Amino acid sequence: MTLKQVVNNVAEMPASKKAVVDIKKLSLTFQTADGPVYALSDVDLTIEEGDFVSFIGPSGCGKTTLLRVIADLEQATGGDISINGVSPHEAREQRAYGYVFQAPALLPWRSIERNVTLPLEIMEISKEERIKRAQEALKLVELNGFEKKFPWQLSGGMQQRASIARALSFDADLLLMDEPFGALDEIVRDHLNEQLLKLWARTNKTVAFVTHSIPEAVYLSTKIVVMSPRPGRIIDVIETDFPKDRTLDIRETPEFLEIAHRVREGLRAGHSNDD
Amino acid sequence: MSGQTGPVCVVLIALLVLWYVGAVFMNAPTQIDRYERADQTWTTGQLIEDTLAQERPILPAPHQVAVEMYNTIFAIKITSKRSLVYHSWVTLSSTLLGFGIGTLLGVLLAVGIVHVMTLEKSLMPWVISSQTIPILAIAPMIIVVLGAIGIKGLVPKAVISTYLCFFPVTISMVKGLRSPQVIQLDLMRTYNASKWQTFWQLRLPSAMPFLFASLKVAIAISLVGAIVGELPTGAQAGLGARLLAGSYYGQTIQIWSALLTAAFVAAILVVIVGWCERKVLARMGVKP
Amino acid sequence: MTMKLDKFCLVAAIAALLALIFPLSGIDGDTGKQVAFVGDIPGLAIAMALCVIAGAAFTWLGVRSVKAGIVILAVAVFGCWQAVSVLYDHGVAGYAGLGFWLFILSLWAFVWRGIDVIANFHSLDRGKQHLANVIVPVAFGVWLLFVWEVVVSGFGVPQVLLPPPSMIGERFVNSTDILASDFHQTFVKAVLSGYVMGCGSAFIVAIAVDRVPFLKRGLLPLGNMVSALPIIGVAPIMVMWFGFDWQSKAAVIVIMTFFPMLVNTVTGLNAAGKLEKDLMATYASGYWSTLFRLRLPAAMPFVFNALKINSTLALIGAIVAEFFGTPIVGMGFRISTEVGRMNIDMVWAEIALAALAGTAFYGAVAYIERKATSWHPSFRVRRH
Repeated sequence: MTLKQVVNNVAEMPASKKAVVDIKKLSLTFQTADGPVYALSDVDLTIEEGDFVSFIGPSGCGKTTLLRVIADLEQATGGDISINGVSPHEAREQRAYGYVFQAPALLPWRSIERNVTLPLEIMEISKEERIKRAQEALKLVELNGFEKKFPWQLSGGMQQRASIARALSFDADLLLMDEPFGALDEIVRDHLNEQLLKLWARTNKTVAFVTHSIPEAVYLSTKIVVMSPRPGRIIDVIETDFPKDRTLDIRETPEFLEIAHRVREGLRAGHSNDD
Repeated sequence: MSGQTGPVCVVLIALLVLWYVGAVFMNAPTQIDRYERADQTWTTGQLIEDTLAQERPILPAPHQVAVEMYNTIFAIKITSKRSLVYHSWVTLSSTLLGFGIGTLLGVLLAVGIVHVMTLEKSLMPWVISSQTIPILAIAPMIIVVLGAIGIKGLVPKAVISTYLCFFPVTISMVKGLRSPQVIQLDLMRTYNASKWQTFWQLRLPSAMPFLFASLKVAIAISLVGAIVGELPTGAQAGLGARLLAGSYYGQTIQIWSALLTAAFVAAILVVIVGWCERKVLARMGVKP
Repeated sequence: MTMKLDKFCLVAAIAALLALIFPLSGIDGDTGKQVAFVGDIPGLAIAMALCVIAGAAFTWLGVRSVKAGIVILAVAVFGCWQAVSVLYDHGVAGYAGLGFWLFILSLWAFVWRGIDVIANFHSLDRGKQHLANVIVPVAFGVWLLFVWEVVVSGFGVPQVLLPPPSMIGERFVNSTDILASDFHQTFVKAVLSGYVMGCGSAFIVAIAVDRVPFLKRGLLPLGNMVSALPIIGVAPIMVMWFGFDWQSKAAVIVIMTFFPMLVNTVTGLNAAGKLEKDLMATYASGYWSTLFRLRLPAAMPFVFNALKINSTLALIGAIVAEFFGTPIVGMGFRISTEVGRMNIDMVWAEIALAALAGTAFYGAVAYIERKATSWHPSFRVRRH
């Protein structure tokens, strides 16, 4: 059933890239009153340095859970996972990643700047340094000028940008994003997608990005991981070769439509398994 | 909120009128009785005038209470035993002492409950169910028992206030310290924040609205505790003592003025707490 | 897994061991001898030895399962029983020495560890989880009673200051007739009638006020303010107006319960959502129809909130009002007179009665609330 075709241009990718996230035979089972729930089953995946990896699938397919396992917010019940060669727990202690949640999760009693400096404060970085880094992070998301505003004074899209700035502020090489634009309207989302791509191209960070939008996944990623529920598993991994400085226009190209079609096929195939 | 001022004033005026009417009707029978015993003829106008000027009326008229309050608040030295300022201060000092200690204890207990699972499961049900117990009933015992071991005056009353304050503050603070959303707690976890960092940066600020809501309840109940605490000591000093002395000697005007003073003190205390709440929350950038 | 020593069990074992060594009791002033020795009391010696053994064993093994928790709780219960028996049957009451208190410390460590294990017990079986959630506070409460008993007896605290719970219990059982008549006077006559009148009238006034927006805006802020005032102070006035008997107490309760009910009902009547109101409007539903089908049901959580607050206020009002004058019966009267006579155990029995009555009253209202507003989100069982 699974579409395990060899993907475009794999051979062209340099083979010596460092693996940032390395997952082998990972599984996670929740015990509930209604019996065990197999949130993740037999997941194998490597995310390499500089990759932009999207996880896509219907709700319940475990894409958010997988991201949370990488972030050490959930613990796997089987298999191996390493982040930069260490366990997720050690990686979290080293503050190896920035995490962006579905909602902005800004602290309402802190100004935008103080929200961005929150992780730096927790990491006990000096005050001047904190403000300098917050300025840089806010500039990256084009929010300079809003430092002294409180979250409620900003629109939803701006709040989410502030939360991205917060994840960028301590300059972790890995960025984990859990449907960050899911609650925003289409136009704002397009705009933020463009900004995110620019940011990725400029900083060369590794990004793991959960979404349920096919165009978003195809537009952003170098690697699309298609997942399926019950049990949560990976059914296809599609690599793309759009240039790093791609624009929204590529969505009209045949290559784009072809990949989008393949993702859709994969999702459909995963679905027919359990109906 | 300016739309409330007018209606509130109208309702207050209506209450005042009702009070006058009530005073006339409630005091009329004794007044008529008095006329008849004196074999005196009387007119309605005279009756109304006299019912509003009795020395020990069943319901004193508002102006009588106002005059009494003026006399005992402004026209008398505040060190005098008849001064309501003196009595208010006696009550207020134990109210504030009890409020301070009670709040501190309540917050500390809440912090313990939130951080120690076992405390939450074992202690919290008792704290919650203690809300349903008429705690004020133990006031006389605390006064007398502490008196028996030589602790008198301010402290026993403050103990009662402390005891009363402590539970609402604990319950609210536990709720407040638990109010951060899962997503916010996860965020702190991704930063590998310690328990204390999470407490100072997330839990405590989130709990502030809950704390202030409970402080308003606590300060009001603390005053009630202090007043009730003054009852068993045999009416020495304080607003509660004024109430009790008034009821012993049938001095209704004195009771009413003590009662209204207590109400004013309570209102002022709650307003002060509310003002602090607004200041603190405004500094925290809460949407006005 | 690295071996970690269980600190609580270690403390328990060491304290119990020291308890065997240090003198159990102080010296009697008359005889100049120690009151009791561990060696003469086999039960206690066994209990202490058990604590040493169990403590040492679980220090190494760790208390990892509920079964282990139950074992140490069982050891603790046996120890508590022996401790109480030593106090009363061997005359240690008032003469407890270091050995005795070390033994209590050991028991404390065991109880805490046992409760700890059960408190952290998670089960998917709702029945078992519920049982654990009940056992923990009950065990904790029983332990507090035990500590109260032992500390008061062990140190020989004069009973005019604080009687031990056993004495209060005895007093409670022996004076049921007095307690029953006090309960009848204060609760059945004053509290119930005042509560029904106060809540009922406020409910009706609230519905009337709700029809007049002007009054609503005037009364709501005042009502909120009044709930912060020491209304209890009207008690002497009510005693003057309505006499010493229960009527004056009921009057105090009416005043105390009126405003919380008024404010909550008025707020509740406005709680129905705009969508639902629009829906009723599309049916051309009249005022009364909307009131009964939408607004009153939506107001129920608020009304019950007031009923619960008032259940506590009513009992407080009645008891405190009795401090200002009563016939020679009633809970408040009994408390103030027995305090005067230094019969503190009777006062505690009366307080226990008040606590029981208050909790039962609140519980009854809460039960009716659960039945009446079971649709409300706050009653939904959380799944995870």
